[in-house]
Amino acid sequence: MKKICLSVGLLLSLMKFGYAQSSEKPAYEKRKLKVEEINLVSSYYQQDGNNSAVTGGIGSEKLTDLAQSFDLVLKTTDRRNRQHTLAFDFNIDHYTSASSDKIDPLTVSSASRSDTHVYPSISWNVHNDEKRTTKGMSFAYSTEYDYKSYGINLNWAKASADNNREVSLKAGAFFDTWTVILPAELRPDGYGSGAHGDTDPVDHKPRNSYNLSLSLSQVINKRLQLLFTVEPAVQQGLLSTPFHRIYFKDGSETVERLPGSRLKLPIGLRLHYFAGDRVILRTFYRYYIDDWGMQAHTINLEAPIKLTSFVSVSPFYRFSHQTAVRYFAPYGQHALTDRYFTSDYDISGFNSQFLGTGLRMAPPGGLFGIGHWQSIELRYGHYIRSTGMVANNITLLAKLK
Amino acid sequence: MTSCVTVKEYQKSRINDAEMELSARKSEKFEQNFYLYREGAAGANGGKSGGGCGCN
Repeated sequence: MKKICLSVGLLLSLMKFGYAQSSEKPAYEKRKLKVEEINLVSSYYQQDGNNSAVTGGIGSEKLTDLAQSFDLVLKTTDRRNRQHTLAFDFNIDHYTSASSDKIDPLTVSSASRSDTHVYPSISWNVHNDEKRTTKGMSFAYSTEYDYKSYGINLNWAKASADNNREVSLKAGAFFDTWTVILPAELRPDGYGSGAHGDTDPVDHKPRNSYNLSLSLSQVINKRLQLLFTVEPAVQQGLLSTPFHRIYFKDGSETVERLPGSRLKLPIGLRLHYFAGDRVILRTFYRYYIDDWGMQAHTINLEAPIKLTSFVSVSPFYRFSHQTAVRYFAPYGQHALTDRYFTSDYDISGFNSQFLGTGLRMAPPGGLFGIGHWQSIELRYGHYIRSTGMVANNITLLAKLK
Repeated sequence: MTSCVTVKEYQKSRINDAEMELSARKSEKFEQNFYLYREGAAGANGGKSGGGCGCN
């Protein structure tokens, strides 16, 4: 793999983390920043249903999404033997949505008819073997037609002396801005469509999110380990989607209205068990509650089976149950006296199932004789929601080392 | 379930297997994205728990 030359001194000048002096300093060896790993992920997603929120909870939910991800990980070691990891993650997805024409039937201007979503991020982590700590930060940006986001995350982790336990803390904030595109018939006089070339003004509203994550990982024995995570999040600002319509019992119409803040509390437990010599059981459970009245239980089971030393298949099954937020009602069921209202079936009560399988190949000499091409993975899943929505997702991952 | 025992580094051949990694797979990245849009619950799974997209 071609080495990327970058001065270690430049990295050190950027770094402000404190450190303890080692009693036995290893001999300094100038090391270059090296490519550790490259991941290329391509995905195609397709869904269909009949509960579009754009038309008040009825109408086509047909949507396709083609996504690409390029993930580059670089590593180096500094003169104090700390390992620096620099990761660049570039993602782009292009989606088409049948509901978009319904935002503005007269012009093709909508936020969701067809759009490209670009979201790069960069992260930097420093691992100190002597202190068994990892510290890092990351920055993220996201842009699509009607939405912009800037994110920052800080993380810290410390492992036990025997490396069987690790506690980690993460804190993050996203500062987002909506372009308020309203359904055509609900725009005030002089209010713009949001379309390119339309000089009439449109509003821009903030949505800020603050996340905290506390995790504990523990090796139980030679075959079993667990990860426990609590991840509270607070969101403030415009939490409704501006172009979602609401139809009241009397037939009148308005746009979705939801509270200006939301507190979420998800708690997750991941247990991974190596059974025998060929089968691994990956299990995940999450309980979720928020102050909009939603509660959810999610369970995920996956069982990678090693057919040979370098080929494995991974059947998986995920089940999720959620209750509706207290502001949800179907098409035409909201009362004029309601303070908040949504007909968005994504936050209604339903059960969902996602099942499929993955195939992974990682031959020792690399794929197709290319030594650096470490592995390839193909993954397909079928998603069924009790509201009637169905979806399919196929993903291809190529890993280079 | 067996209680915790001290596992030495040389005894971690199975724990260190790539499939045993205590995180979601990289190939699940876009699956986690569509959960964010299509479901109300999020977080505690290695993905986002809110923010960064016009999703729930």
